[in-house]
Amino acid sequence: MINLVMPSPDPVVLERREDTIEPTPETEVLPLTFQIRKLSVWYGEKRAIDSVTMDIPSNAVTSIIGPSGCGKSTFLRCLNRMHELVPRTRMDGTVLLLGQDLYSPDVDPAIVRRRIGMVFQKSNPFPTMSIGENVIIGLRLNGVRDHKFLNERLEKSLRMAALWDEVKDDLHKPGTSLSGGQQQRLCIARALAVEPEVILMDEPCSALDPIATAKIEELIHELKTQYTIVIVTHNMQQAGRVSDHTAFFYLGKLIEFGPTTKIFTNPSERQTEDYITGRFG
Amino acid sequence: MHSGGADKHSWRKAKNALVSAATFLSAIVVITPLGLVFFHLLVNGASSVNWAFFTQLPKPVGVIGGGMVNAIVGSLELLGLASLIGIPIGVLGGVYLAEYGSVRANSMVRFIADVLNGVPSITWGVVVYGLVVLRFKSFSGYAGGLALGLIMVPLILRTTEEVILLVPNGYREAALALGISRWKTIVHVVMKTASKGIITGILLALARISGETAPLLFTAFGNRFWNHNLAEPIAALPLQIFSYAISPYDDWHRQAWAGALVLVVGIFCVNVLVRILTRERKPSIV
Repeated sequence: MINLVMPSPDPVVLERREDTIEPTPETEVLPLTFQIRKLSVWYGEKRAIDSVTMDIPSNAVTSIIGPSGCGKSTFLRCLNRMHELVPRTRMDGTVLLLGQDLYSPDVDPAIVRRRIGMVFQKSNPFPTMSIGENVIIGLRLNGVRDHKFLNERLEKSLRMAALWDEVKDDLHKPGTSLSGGQQQRLCIARALAVEPEVILMDEPCSALDPIATAKIEELIHELKTQYTIVIVTHNMQQAGRVSDHTAFFYLGKLIEFGPTTKIFTNPSERQTEDYITGRFG
Repeated sequence: MHSGGADKHSWRKAKNALVSAATFLSAIVVITPLGLVFFHLLVNGASSVNWAFFTQLPKPVGVIGGGMVNAIVGSLELLGLASLIGIPIGVLGGVYLAEYGSVRANSMVRFIADVLNGVPSITWGVVVYGLVVLRFKSFSGYAGGLALGLIMVPLILRTTEEVILLVPNGYREAALALGISRWKTIVHVVMKTASKGIITGILLALARISGETAPLLFTAFGNRFWNHNLAEPIAALPLQIFSYAISPYDDWHRQAWAGALVLVVGIFCVNVLVRILTRERKPSIV
């Protein structure tokens, strides 16, 4: 593997505040989907996220990298309030989605999750449902009855997930009959069907072979024209390939956030550089 | 000590053969009683299972023939009533234990359910006798159904809880992440995924109570006449078998064998039904 990192010759790239990280000049002018301010999360006594402040730009792919246990999945789950499902979780701070506070008391977590889709590490199509049912279940259980609409959305979602041609004749077959990569694209189609504004991906390719991974990455590339995508990945090459912005987390803290090319070629922080060059993690 | 490689190999083979034989023997020991019971029932009961058995009322003492139609219908009524009580409470309670509630309260409910599962079934009969029969001053089908239903509750509760806990968390998360509400997730995803297990639990509980005699002695009481009014004492197959089996008449003994055969075949059918229902099914088309 080519070492993408060069020692930083230029110390004037970023100015830093003591507790927050300034948006990079680029993200400052971009429309922002998420604005996260001083986000902290505790599981019981254990602090999983430590005062993270960061902006996630719209219609771009933001990847979150860092060693295992650094809080990147927890951070992702804070963006659609999925972390609340874990008992004894406590959070502090602010998460704004397009200026709206996701944690304000009058916000229904179900609505938040409808606006922010999620794809998980392990593909999880519902085993009792066919391929078609899997895609439209989100709409159906949210009260959509119109069959014509459902069928249109079914095809549209599967096309967007680049799965339509492979399954269009097998829509009645169980979702679990597909291959691993197809199942993961089915899960993406299922998330797309409820028309979210954001898609969160939690290591979506970690259980897939390289060819299936390449397909998902290609898909991510196409989807970003319409969606804001946040992807947690263990695979730094993947972060380099698919993302426009990269955030490096370590021990629950956001160490560095910036354009992917900069993080990988010219990181400002020593820890980022060490991680990217494989000196730890 | 074993020194040579070949020697080790043969020792391993011998161990393998030994354990295989032991497991085979255990299986035989388990299956044999079932085979014997079936064989015995067939030999003694088959000759008395005829059309009259399913269509006629018991004849007066001394008159040969007659059937147990009242007991069969009574049993079905009691099972129906018990299901009305036991299935909703058991299933909902199991779902609650698996999905909601606090750890401490749940472990207490779980413990109580396990204790109740171990309570001798006649105790249920006595409890319902005290609660219902004494109060209304009459044995009744309602009391019998209640006693059987109460036996079903902890059985179904525990099996439902267990199969719901077996549903991988990934499915819950996937549904919730689609913005589906908690209860819809539980009903349409979790319970649907666990439905085979839940149905199996219900059917096994039904199979269990359909043979119960003791709780009915103090409640449904039994009835030699045609009655399908649950407010009055009602006949049930196990009760009828019991009273016929302890009677001094040969013809009644034959009828008791026939009743036992019908009961066992019925329970056998329920178990076969469980098998069929839990077979892989194709999901329905969109």
